[in-house]
Amino acid sequence: MSDEGAAVVAAVQAIAERLEAERSYLTDLDSAIGDADHGGNMARGWSAAAEKVADLDDPDPATVVKTAGKTLLSEVGGASGPLYGGSLVFASQELDGGITADTAVAFAETYLEKVQDRGDARVGDKTMVDALVPAVHTFKKSVETDDLPPVEALAKAVAAAERGVDFTVPIRASKGRASYLGWRSVGHQDPGATSTLYIMEELLDAATEHVDVAETPAVDATSPTIPDGEEAAED
Amino acid sequence: MVGLVIVSHSRKAAEGIAEVAAEMGGDTRIEPVGGDGQGGFGTVPDDIEDALAAADDGEGVVVLVDLGSAVMNADVAIEMSDVDAVIADAPVLEGAVNAAVAATSPKATLDSVREQAEAARDVDKL
Repeated sequence: MSDEGAAVVAAVQAIAERLEAERSYLTDLDSAIGDADHGGNMARGWSAAAEKVADLDDPDPATVVKTAGKTLLSEVGGASGPLYGGSLVFASQELDGGITADTAVAFAETYLEKVQDRGDARVGDKTMVDALVPAVHTFKKSVETDDLPPVEALAKAVAAAERGVDFTVPIRASKGRASYLGWRSVGHQDPGATSTLYIMEELLDAATEHVDVAETPAVDATSPTIPDGEEAAED
Repeated sequence: MVGLVIVSHSRKAAEGIAEVAAEMGGDTRIEPVGGDGQGGFGTVPDDIEDALAAADDGEGVVVLVDLGSAVMNADVAIEMSDVDAVIADAPVLEGAVNAAVAATSPKATLDSVREQAEAARDVDKL
């Protein structure tokens, strides 16, 4: 299996384990302002995705992401299937050439765009978008403007997502099932923003581990997470 | 001719709506699809994609949807499918009846059928 493909498979497995561990917490959050199925949906969907990607034969990263997304689409009910899974399927094309700082930014932007288009949600609606928008913007800026190595940029993005999750607590929901509650949604943390943060935290862990491997001399030069400087030196 | 796909959270509702629309629709291909695939409520993009293929004879498909995630899953299915398909922003039953009739016109196009479906938004009942 290619290094990159294996790293993404490991990331999907880590996400599945994390969401299983957070299953009842996410369900608690969702029972306060939704229909109490987010924890179960996410845990079941990602665990099915982890099984599917483990069966792939020497996949490239785009195939792993696409397969995970397709599995979420068929396993996760309600809006989470198309929002998490459908957006992964669509954004996976950005990784066709492998994972670099640039393709990772393109992937993140395409994923966000698809989530926003499909869910028709903006920042402040108390949805996953409240975690995603600051995260993706921070990632892009950190890579493109601040020239940070991708893993450092991802760490900043995770911190931004965390602030986004906190931001969902005091605001009133305007999208999704929670919006039916109106002002009663105030004071509750959004489950979709929360699971989005968990997914990003696991991606960061996986990327960090992969960089440790990538920094050994035997590394594949196209390895996804090598810092910008090294990549530029190849050119 | 332009085909129709009816997407509902309930398979039975989709079938019933297709039945009503077929009364008016002559030879129009109308494919109902719905349910979570395990006997419960919901919609599954793969099933919708199959329905798109079944309804298409090359001239495209207008998709009628009920609520919330049915809209998103239909959108995902269209994205994955090779069929030229559009969602009509219309009430699912009235839109399906209008579209089924519009599709029987010799001059019908994907756009004209969708427009007729969407005209059902303005139907007064009282």
